[in-house]
Formats: sequence, C-alpha cells, structure tokens
Amino acid sequence: MIAEIARYSAGVLLVVGAMFGLLSAIGILRLPDLYTRMHAASKAGTVGVGLIFVAIAVISFSAPVILRALAGIFFLVLTTPVSAHLLARAAYYAGFHPAKLTVADDLDAQINRGDRAHNRHDSV
Amino acid sequence: MSGTLFLDYASLAALALLTLALLLAVLQIVRGETLPDRVLGLDLLTMLGAGYIGVIAVRTGILLYVDIAIALALAGFLATLAFARYVQHRGERNGSRIEGEGR
Repeated sequence: MIAEIARYSAGVLLVVGAMFGLLSAIGILRLPDLYTRMHAASKAGTVGVGLIFVAIAVISFSAPVILRALAGIFFLVLTTPVSAHLLARAAYYAGFHPAKLTVADDLDAQINRGDRAHNRHDSV
Repeated sequence: MSGTLFLDYASLAALALLTLALLLAVLQIVRGETLPDRVLGLDLLTMLGAGYIGVIAVRTGILLYVDIAIALALAGFLATLAFARYVQHRGERNGSRIEGEGR
C-alpha cells in the first residue's frame, strides 16, 4: 500500500519536475536579456531537478539513497545561485548592458560614482 | 491503473518533456546573441542532464545513478565558474564597455 502511494507520488513529482525544466528552457529563449534569463535558468532549473531528486528519495525506501538525494538537493540549492550571480556580475563588469526595458540599475550608479577601480577588481 | 504502470508512463512523459527542454537549451546555445548567454545555456544544459539521469534512475531502478547526477551538477557548477572568470577577463582586455547588447 505504502509502496503504491510512493509510486503514484513519485510519478507526479517526476512530471512536475520535468515541466519546470521545460519552463526554464522556454524562459531562457523568450526573455529579453542575460540578467532576466538568469531568473529562468537558476530558479526554475533548480526546482525542476530538485523535484526529480525528491521523486528518487520517495521511491527508494532506503536511507543511503534518501540521504544522497537530499545532499544533491542541498548542493544544488547552494551552488546554482552562486554560479548565476557570479556570471551576471562578470558579464556586467565585462560591459554587457541590460535590455532597454530595464527600469532600475543600481549597480551602474554605484560604478559611475567614481570608485570604479575598486569595484572592478574585487569581483570573481 | 496500477502504480508501476503509472510510474512507467509518468517517467516516459518526464523524459519527453526533458528532451524538449534539452533541445530548447541547445537552440539557445546555438542562437547565443552574447557569450554569457551561451554560458548560461550550457549551465542549464548540464542541470537538465542531471535531471535526465535522475529520471533514468527511477525508470531502471538502479538508484546508484543519483551519484552520477550529483557529479554532473558539480562539474557544471565548476564549468560555469571558469567561464564567468573568462567572460570577465575578456571584457577587461577588450578595454571599455561592449556596446550593442540588449537591443
């Protein structure tokens, strides 16, 4: 009985996770510039792969596999924002401008205030 | 419908959706626009690959595949790190701001 419920819920988790993965791929194609694409790639991608790991944890019924899946989710949540932020920062300091639609750009004001050299070399 | 059959169909549907997502990510890498966009596409590609391996683990019942998925996610993270460094250094070497991005 428990195993049957686990199979049904794992199936639902797999499909929802894959849908989040597809959503992030669509977002990366549709959004206007790098800085908005980061949202789709990092948030939706993390949730998608995380749900697939949860599905593995639900279906396994063994402590080592559950621990591994949880460690994978923890690792994913830890590293994905770091890499997205790092890439956005590097792209900004390399001179890639945000799209014309952008409303607020606080980093630009900060850089053009005068302490440009300091800002350029403490990143990455 | 029994649970085993449902899981079989669900994992098949998940594989189909992930395949479509992988194709769209590859399309983004080919289309590119800028170098950081391509790096972002590669990052998403490795992450979706980890998800794909996860679904395969459920389908085949060989749950040891989870380790491989985690290793792939780690490799993707390090690759993005190295690419971010490369993007920044290339931008600095080319001198001032690169124009013509973001339409």
